[in-house]
Amino acid sequence: MLTSQFLTYVAFFVLAAITLIGGFMAVTLRNIFRAALGLVLSFMGVAGIYFLLEAEFVAIVQIIIYIGAIAVLILFAIMLTRGLMSSATTSLNGQWMGAAFIGVLMFAILFFVVITTQWPLAAAQTVGDLIPKLGAELVTTYLLPFEAVSLLLLAALVGAIVIARE
Amino acid sequence: MDILNKLFTNIYDAINAFLNGLIGGFGLTADAVSAIVAAVMGLLVGTAVLLFGVGVVLTLIWLERKVAARVQDRVGPNRVGPFGLIQPVADTVKMFIKEDIVPTNADGLVHLLAPVIALAPAVLAFVVVPFGQGMAPADLNIGVLWIISVSSIGTIGLFMAGYGSNNKFALLGGMRAVAQAISYEVPQVLTIVPIILLAGSMSLVTIVQKQSAIWYVFLPVGLIAFVVYYISALAEVNRTPFDLPEGESEIVAGHHTEYSGMKFGLFYLAEYFNFFIVCTVATTLFLGGWQGPFLPSWLWFILKTYGLIILGMWIRMTIPRFRVDQLMKFAWQVLVPISLVNIILTALLLVFFKTG
Repeated sequence: MLTSQFLTYVAFFVLAAITLIGGFMAVTLRNIFRAALGLVLSFMGVAGIYFLLEAEFVAIVQIIIYIGAIAVLILFAIMLTRGLMSSATTSLNGQWMGAAFIGVLMFAILFFVVITTQWPLAAAQTVGDLIPKLGAELVTTYLLPFEAVSLLLLAALVGAIVIARE
Repeated sequence: MDILNKLFTNIYDAINAFLNGLIGGFGLTADAVSAIVAAVMGLLVGTAVLLFGVGVVLTLIWLERKVAARVQDRVGPNRVGPFGLIQPVADTVKMFIKEDIVPTNADGLVHLLAPVIALAPAVLAFVVVPFGQGMAPADLNIGVLWIISVSSIGTIGLFMAGYGSNNKFALLGGMRAVAQAISYEVPQVLTIVPIILLAGSMSLVTIVQKQSAIWYVFLPVGLIAFVVYYISALAEVNRTPFDLPEGESEIVAGHHTEYSGMKFGLFYLAEYFNFFIVCTVATTLFLGGWQGPFLPSWLWFILKTYGLIILGMWIRMTIPRFRVDQLMKFAWQVLVPISLVNIILTALLLVFFKTG
């Protein structure tokens, strides 16, 4: 009964709980700064699950981009808002019904997709050091999508600078 | 010499064998035994690394005071123990018995967690550092990325301190710290890329092994990368001349203005931990890590790292603080272009003179 697979399950449930608690904090807390910290906790749990799935590269990139960049940016934006020190605002605004509808719809679609897909579990074995392969694929097979994404990000960057200058 | 060189790996193997014998005696499956032994060994190595880190910080506090004293033509601490060596212990005791003050309007939970979040990533970064031949606690094939990612978490701790204290100086200090950290992360990461290109790997263990012929700092591109890395690393860990987040003459003490007692102690610890980490990473990436003749590998590693640390302390005592605008300009208009050109240069050199 006490095998490494059992330990993997324990680790998975702990990480899933961290992710869900973090997400719950992010949407329910009144204090916006604490809500953002809840989001960080949630990102952390997701990174942990990637580690558990032996996708170290994705896990690290999750931490660098979602925590190191996006969460820090969110916190920065919150710090620049007025009334930060005494903020106990409501977490709902006039659009909550539309947002709830879209949220439920997205959940239904994802749930449907997840339960109807045949997951090829046995075929998905990782083979050796994947990072050099990932790098090579990005500049050969997937060069066009890669460059398209780069162009999109560059356009977003230029757009942000233009807006900031006005 | 060989015995000294393998001292720590032999201790590790002995404990590992002992645990295997001990836990194997309970009649569990081989799978379960290996899982439990791996978990216990992980805990033991983690504890050893943490204790080593705390020991290092104690020596750094002493060293910082002594170096500062030498530069300023003083004697430095010399009352507690021989050459004042016990001084850091006295400091720690003082830190422990001080009153822990939390401002009335502070966000208690955030205020409490901030020093923990600031310290934890610094400890995590130790996991991939090869302290000697075969002495990396974990050899991740993405070791470089691991260090970058965990050091980006520490930023959030500074933010939490700035917000949770409910104090405008702390808030300003936190903002400055984060703006500085994200600006200097860019050149710091870009300047590692030439090293990854040269070594063909992101594992710190492999990068050290590839430097057995020549340390990367002795190559022209490696030297540029090293200088850029060292400058941005000093900025990343908020040391003078980049200590604007805690500029005493402007914003009291920055993000830890409202901290006292052991919570302040944790920030102090985190600061020295981070400083030590960036010096170990610089040693690993540019100075050949544990490579070196005659002495045991781990001793070489420590000697190189402490050399970089003393250099950092010397710079701290010599150069005055930057202004905010100079700081940002320096990162974006000097360091980033240099490291981008360096990447292209390295790639071209590798294509034209590929020796394998």
